[in-house]
Parts: sequence; C-alpha cells; structure tokens
Amino acid sequence: MAILLLIALDASDAVPLAAFAKSYGKPFDILCFLGEGPAGLGAERVLAANLDAPPPADALANGLKGLCEGYAVVAGAASMFGKDYLPRLAAALDRPMVSDVTEVHDANTFTRPMYAGNFLARVQVDSERFVVSVRTTAFSEPDREGLSAVEAISLPFDGPTRRVSVSESGGGRPDLTQARVVVSGGRPIRDAETFEKLIGGLADLLGGAAGATRAVVDNGIAPNELQVGQTGKVVAPDLYIAAGISGSTQHVAGMKDSKVIVAINTDPAAPIFEFADYGLVQDLHTAIPEMMDKLRS
Amino acid sequence: MRILVPLKRVPDPYARIRLNADGSDIETTGLKFEINPFDEIAVEEAVRIKERATCEIVVVSIGKPVCEEQLRKALAIGADRALLVETDAAFDSLGIAKVLNGVMDREKPDMVIMGKQAIDDDNNQVGQMLAAIRGLPQATFASEVALSGNSVSVTRETDTGQETLEMPLPAIITTDLRLNEPRYIALPGIIKARNKPLDRISLADLGVDPECRVRVTELRQPPPRKAGRKVDSVDELIAALRDEARVIR
Ligand SMILES: Cc1cc2nc3c(=O)[nH]c(=O)nc-3n(C[C@H](O)[C@H](O)[C@H](O)COP(=O)(O)OP(=O)(O)OC[C@H]3O[C@@H](n4cnc5c(N)ncnc54)[C@H](O)[C@@H]3O)c2cc1C
Ligand SMILES: Nc1ncnc2c1ncn2[C@@H]1O[C@H](COP(=O)(O)O)[C@@H](O)[C@H]1O
Repeated sequence: MAILLLIALDASDAVPLAAFAKSYGKPFDILCFLGEGPAGLGAERVLAANLDAPPPADALANGLKGLCEGYAVVAGAASMFGKDYLPRLAAALDRPMVSDVTEVHDANTFTRPMYAGNFLARVQVDSERFVVSVRTTAFSEPDREGLSAVEAISLPFDGPTRRVSVSESGGGRPDLTQARVVVSGGRPIRDAETFEKLIGGLADLLGGAAGATRAVVDNGIAPNELQVGQTGKVVAPDLYIAAGISGSTQHVAGMKDSKVIVAINTDPAAPIFEFADYGLVQDLHTAIPEMMDKLRS
Repeated sequence: MRILVPLKRVPDPYARIRLNADGSDIETTGLKFEINPFDEIAVEEAVRIKERATCEIVVVSIGKPVCEEQLRKALAIGADRALLVETDAAFDSLGIAKVLNGVMDREKPDMVIMGKQAIDDDNNQVGQMLAAIRGLPQATFASEVALSGNSVSVTRETDTGQETLEMPLPAIITTDLRLNEPRYIALPGIIKARNKPLDRISLADLGVDPECRVRVTELRQPPPRKAGRKVDSVDELIAALRDEARVIR
C-alpha cells in the first residue's frame, strides 16, 4: 500500500520527504496544503488542497483523516507545525506514530534520536499502518524524475478552534532549518540590539540565518523561533558558528549534525569545544566585529 | 473547575546518561529522576490558575511505584490530589494517551495541561493524541494561557513566531519553556504534601489495556565528531574556513 507525504507550510519539505519515501521503494503521493505541489519528485499523484492558510490542528486532522485512511504510511516534516497536527492525525486514525525519523532501515524499522540526541534508537513499529514525522535535515536530495500533473482536492477542514491572531517577526533572513550558514548567540549577549548587530550582522555577511540558545530566548533578546536545540529547532548547515554558547546537551542536540562547527568562547574549557572543528578562545564582542571587518574587506 | 496535569518521571535533564552493560536501555543506577521539566511548568501553570480562581488540581502519572516521588513533588508545588496509574508495562505514546483517556473518563476535567514533550523519549505526541481521542480542541507549545468563562485563549510558539488560538473548554494544552518559571518549593509545601491524597489505581480500574506498537529495539551512541582544533586569531579562523573547510568565500 502506498505512502502519503503531507507538505504543510514549506514547499521545500517535499524534497527530503520524497527522499524518505523513496527509501521504501514503494509508490507515493504528495498532498500540498498551500499552493501548487512540487512536480518531478516521482510521486504517482500530486494533490493540492489550495488553502490560504492551514487551519488549526483539530480541523486539519478532521479534514485529512478520510484521505489518509487509504494510505499505509502517512509522513510529514517534523517542524513545529508538523509536531502539532501529525500526532493528532495519528490518534484520529488510531495508528501509532514515530517522531523525528532520521533513517529508514526497512518498512517498519527506523532510527530516531532520543535523550536529547545522546542516543540513536532503533525503533520498530508493529503495525502496517502508521504515521511518521521526518527530520528533514537528515534526508537529502532524491533522484528527480517524471512530471506529475497537479490535481486539486477539496477536504472538509472543520474544528472548534479559532485562530485569532498571528505574530511573526520575519526579518528577511533565510529560514534556520534551511540556511547554509547559521550564526547563533548565547547568554553573554545582553540586549536585542547587540544580538542584531553581531549575530544578525555576521549571519547577513555570510548569507545565513541567526539562531540562539534558550538562555537568549528566555531573556527576551531573541524571538522563540530562533531557539536551536532539543526542544527548539534542529539545524544541519554547512557552517554553524556558536558564539558565547557553553555547549549544553540541549543546545548541542539541535546543531551537532552541522558540517563544520566554529565555537567562539572566552572559557577554553567550555564543552562546546568538544564539538567544534575550529575553536577560538576570545570575547565574542571583539571577535565578531573583527571577523565582520575582515570578511567585508 | 478541575485541571488534570499528567506528569512523567524522567532522568534529570542535566545528568550525564549512559547505556547499561548490554546496551538495551539507559543505566539507571545512581541516576537522579525528576518531573519532566515541561510537566513541572504545567503544574506551575495550574497552580497559578488556582491562585486566581476556584479549582482543583489533580496530577497523574503512569508507571512504577517510584513515580510517587514526582507526584509528591507536584503536590508540594500546589496540586491538590494525585493519582498513580500503577503499571510495569511499557507503552507507546498512543497507549499513554489511551490510559489518560481512561483517567479523563473518571475525573472529567475541564482542562488538561501537560508537557509538550518528555525529555527522555522526545516524542512530543501524547497531548495531541489525547485531544484527538477525546475530540477536544488542543493548543500545543503554549507560552500564555488566559481563561475567560467557558473558553481559553492560548498564545503558542510556532515555526515563525507566535499565534493566539481561542477554544471552548474542555481543552488540552501543552506547555513550552516560556509559559512560566516554576517556583522554588518551600519546606511548608513539602510537609503539607505528605497529607494530601495519593491514590493508586490499576489499568483494570480504568478499564483500559492498550497495546504497545512502537518499540525501541536498540540504543546506541551516535558516532562522535572527530576532534577539531583551536585557532589563535580571527585571521587564522577565516583562513581555515576559506581554504581548509571551504565553507565561506
Ligand atoms: C527542558 C529543557 C529544555 C531545553 N531546551 C533547550 C533548547 O532547545 N536549546 C537550548 O539552547 N537550550 C535548551 N535548554 C537550556 C540548556 O540546558 C542551557 O541552559 C542553555 O543552552 C545554555 O545557554 P548558553 O550556552 O547561551 O548559556 P551558558 O550555558 O550560560 O553559556 C554561556 C557561555 O558563554 C561564554 N561566555 C561568557 N562571556 C563571553 C564572551 N564575552 N564572549 C564569548 N563567550 C563568553 C561562557 O564561557 C559560557 O560557556 C533546555 C533546558 C531544559 C531543562
Ligand atoms: N508515563 C506517563 N505518565 C504521565 N504522563 C505522561 C507519561 N508519558 C508521557 N506523559 C505526558 O505526555 C507528555 C508528552 O510526552 P511525549 O509525547 O512522550 O513526549 C509529557 O510531557 C507528559 O505530560
């Protein structure tokens, strides 16, 4: 039986999700909530729900349930959005769910991180029908093939929850989870202006995204969507620069799969240096401006 | 009003966790256990609601008798009554949600506040599953909860910022880190907690017997990163990133 891939907010999730589906060697369909579905990923059918904005999780699960009954495996990205509606959908279908899959072994066996990424678990699902959230950073480009026509589909989204307001800080930088470079700042950064000037500034020079530790977000210096870690976002860019970050398990869980890691920290014994390819023992308030000057020239 | 707060006993988030000898599970000897931090935030939120309105707070944990330690702690924070659903069995998240569904049948809470994620399995599933099973509205990753009459308004953290949802009660709310900062537990609270009711019930009492269809068959350490090196200056760092790692131009 086939696989259904759910593309929620971000059309680019279709690429790693298709790579996930292809590791099964079974046919798969794609359902896009917003906009036109991506063609050329090898899906049998590409369905488009054409929503203006996706509804809250209760309505979403209600609307998707009927369609999903027809598929053995239903998968979506393990974004915060996916983490909200996918478990609800799984329970609505009375199916078990595996979160944050990073590897497929066979039809029912996966790898996923546990204990803040301290361990990789091999997980077996004793059911033919289940739901999966996929860690998109762990799957790369699938072979491109074929063109699928996009079919419009109308689904009965309805639920008791009302979305009354949305506030997004935006900021014009690339999305954290997709950026090639991420510059993150930690506790020693004391105000939003410094964060923007040093962390944001260096990120802009490198064409990257800005990130933060929980400490910085809790202090109201950076917005919540920039938190990298076990309970925030997981990133795996080509270059991750950690400035003034100690290297707690919870933070490292969100960035240790980055290709190259740089740590800038005044404490030569900070645990972050155990994960860093390049460590610079220096005050970030002098190191980053110097770096920015030299990169500009 | 009655608020139900499910809580899980998990290893101390700051403890270093090792595998046991045969690699089948984590080594628990000498390991400190705590209330799952997100659940502690949930207990704190319930107590803050109780400070403004009349309500009863019931905490529940599913697991072995040792979970009583964490239930007692929740009573010390300010919960009124505790339930231990005593079992040795392992459940997947859907199983836990089905047990909690049984607890809801019994307790009929107006609101459930619980953690968004258990920091041991990192599943982030149970609250959403419980909401689906009961056909109730949900607000996950809450950073602000405001009750008014028969409805609740919840501000929640999203991939791109925040949004505010409004929903009728009963509803299921899961907590994020910014919802509140749990209080320090003072001695009088701990003493008072000793006399608060803690009932042990079985799965049979609840009439539930869920299967476990997601099983961990092996735990292993991820491959370590290969050791890097310290550089002496910004110049050396930039040169290394350009010429050696080739990640910047
Ligand atoms: C349930 C739970 C979930 C969590 N989830 C997350 C999460 O998702 N993400 C996350 O990040 N954290 C998370 N945390 C928090 C985590 O445990 C750490 O507290 C946090 O990551 C520490 O942030 P930090 O490195 O900025 O601060 P600190 O640990 O205080 O480190 C600051 C570092 O900066 C260095 N420093 C000081 N001054 C300077 C200077 N001028 N220049 C350069 N270096 C300097 C210091 O030497 C130190 O190493 C979570 C915790 C819990 C309990
Ligand atoms: N054994 C348990 N007993 C009580 N509550 C639990 C248990 N397991 C999970 N929960 C609740 O479900 C939430 C999410 O857990 P999870 O989906 O496993 O990440 C936790 O924060 C708890 O509130």
